[in-house]
Amino acid sequence: MKVEAKLEFQTSTAPKTGADLLIDLLIKEGVETIFGYPGGAVLPIYDAIYRAKDRIGHILFRHEQGMIHAAEGYARITGNPGVVLATSGPGATNLVTGITDAMMDSLPLVVFTGQVARSVIGTDAFQEADVMAITTPITKHNYQVQSISDLPRIVKEAFHIASTGRPGPVLVDLPKDITSGAISGIVEEAAIDLPGYQPTFKPNPLQIKKLADSLAKAQKPVILSGAGVLHAKASEELTAFAEKHNIPVVTTLLGLGTFPADSPLSLGMGGMHGTYAANMALYESDLLINFGARFDDRLTGNLKHFAPFAKVAHIDIDPAEIGKNVPTQIPIVADAKVALVELLNHTKNSPKADEWLEKLVKYKQEFPLWYKHDPNGMCPQWLVEAVHKVTNGKAIVSTDVGQHQMWAAQFYTFNEPHRWITSGGLGTMGFGFPAAIGAQIAAPESTVVAIVGDAGFQMTLQELSVIYERNLPVKIIIVNNGALGMVRQWQELLYDNRISESLLNSQPDFVKLAESYGIRGMKIDNQEDLIASLPELFAHNGPVLVDCRVLQQEKVFPMMPPGAGLHEMIGVKPI
Amino acid sequence: MKRIITLTVQDRSGVLNRVTGLLQRRQFNITSISVGPTETEGVSKMTLVVDVEDDQRLEQVTKQLNKQIDVLKVSDITDKAIVARELALIKVTSGSQLRSEINGLIDPFRAIIVDVCKESITVQVTGKPEKVDALIDLLRPFGIKEIARTGLTAFLRGHQPQVNELVTYSLLK
Repeated sequence: MKVEAKLEFQTSTAPKTGADLLIDLLIKEGVETIFGYPGGAVLPIYDAIYRAKDRIGHILFRHEQGMIHAAEGYARITGNPGVVLATSGPGATNLVTGITDAMMDSLPLVVFTGQVARSVIGTDAFQEADVMAITTPITKHNYQVQSISDLPRIVKEAFHIASTGRPGPVLVDLPKDITSGAISGIVEEAAIDLPGYQPTFKPNPLQIKKLADSLAKAQKPVILSGAGVLHAKASEELTAFAEKHNIPVVTTLLGLGTFPADSPLSLGMGGMHGTYAANMALYESDLLINFGARFDDRLTGNLKHFAPFAKVAHIDIDPAEIGKNVPTQIPIVADAKVALVELLNHTKNSPKADEWLEKLVKYKQEFPLWYKHDPNGMCPQWLVEAVHKVTNGKAIVSTDVGQHQMWAAQFYTFNEPHRWITSGGLGTMGFGFPAAIGAQIAAPESTVVAIVGDAGFQMTLQELSVIYERNLPVKIIIVNNGALGMVRQWQELLYDNRISESLLNSQPDFVKLAESYGIRGMKIDNQEDLIASLPELFAHNGPVLVDCRVLQQEKVFPMMPPGAGLHEMIGVKPI
Repeated sequence: MKRIITLTVQDRSGVLNRVTGLLQRRQFNITSISVGPTETEGVSKMTLVVDVEDDQRLEQVTKQLNKQIDVLKVSDITDKAIVARELALIKVTSGSQLRSEINGLIDPFRAIIVDVCKESITVQVTGKPEKVDALIDLLRPFGIKEIARTGLTAFLRGHQPQVNELVTYSLLK
């Protein structure tokens, strides 16, 4: 698949309307692909896209939610803002879930929404919604363009805000009379004018020294690595730092891949369904160094029992995250990469932590992740391992939220960054499949696997049309247990087995469904068939949907029950 | 605890909504808010009085406000030497026979009568919220028909005393 785009800015073609100017500005920002869906209020923009079709790419999705998740997947892989275009009213409101998801997981997006003409804003006009008010709390910033002459500055600022500091979604609301308005004369280039926005990149040297001193004295140090390391593209530096001082590393859910899982220093993922070794390392540590994680409640568990013996150092580009949930003794506001380079330069003495490392190795050996094979069916964990094997652990994997997400996080081990796409903060069902489409657009040569649940997949499955139309070779693995698995698990464990409305007794025939979209589908319900078919399915040069029937009763373990502390996990050993 | 927080913000559409929406979203209580232009064109000043549980929450609220793109500066000035004022308009039931009595009562507050009609008079008072409260309490027996208050506005005094002198200047603790 090739994205049809050229990067040069054609100054010779003078823009005719506000929409033409907008497209020129997008090309200037390096945008190759717009994730879009037309409608009344954006007709002028679509007319401009028509005129510029050899200069900028556009992918038509089938629902605005799917397209914004795709843009998120694209942003996660490239680090560049995903560009979304939707019409006013329902087009814009359908984006709300994706915008919130991007806000929670700090993904750079620039979202353009159509709006009714300025003369009728506020009159409840056809397809009018107060998008500014709706999106103010869920965007990093938003704009409504009031004059064509503001457009160059606003577009420039939107891309700048979305992609710098702590990344996030920025929305630009475009009244129809702005985009259809004719341009007279030359529109001047604009400079960014953001006196209230100056992210801090460089760490305070005193705090770096404090951390270096604490590290030299520590006996039980541990690193927590989060998505901030991804945004800063600092995996190499993190690995060098951990290896230089022999510090064990726990990653967050979103931080998977920031540190190689096969390193002896890797403890795996921490949190609710993290490894025993990772959670006990956080619990027992005397120095916790957090790079770019936000101490989310799914990681910390009960805050009373979170790292109770540790001095906490927190490196984050967003000062508001430091001290928000966990009291922090060494606050460092900085870009993770810049901070790590400083630390590599200014730390000499390693902690004396041999005993600590030995203890953690014992934890790893004694309490590994586990599941029991069942001769009567396919274990979902085994399925993830089989996918790992057939892709040599090198695929880009995206997921929804729930059991399959946790199994993918536990059993598809990542040695490289920017391979893992998941909805962490918002926990959005229907995220995984469209996000995989965006990832495939961003990385046409990579193997992209959407590991999704049967329920979540049904929330955004209409985007099958897109992968057929564009022949995007996304491999869809439906971990089909006929249930809202995580809801069912909680009902079984915490609600006395009252299974309330969490079983999906009626499902489509996913194979026929795929075929009706022109996509190859296959249903597999046992291990032998999976082993036999998977290599060939992954070798297929096109999209594939595999409906994998797994055991419904299987649960995600180990588990830190809600309200419990890191040291109070259940299911740490085979039951 | 009550804290006085001043914000300098860019005078752009929606900026008040951004600030109040953020405070609501993060569950901070606003006691009062006042907004107006400053000496610089395009820059407005907001004075917020917020009720926060502890220092950790206070730090959160200032950091979250600082993150707003249109917010230029956030200062918690509660413990500084400040000038803090509020204006209140109080409509009091009053026939002609009570006017001189009310006049005598409001005089020590340096309040003035700004509107008179047959059944009522309107008193205007400026000062710290405690002073306004005290006057309202004194006027209550006459029968208050309506009150309108602007909310607090405040800024730093020209001279900031040394840290050890500060306690006496604290207004709202």
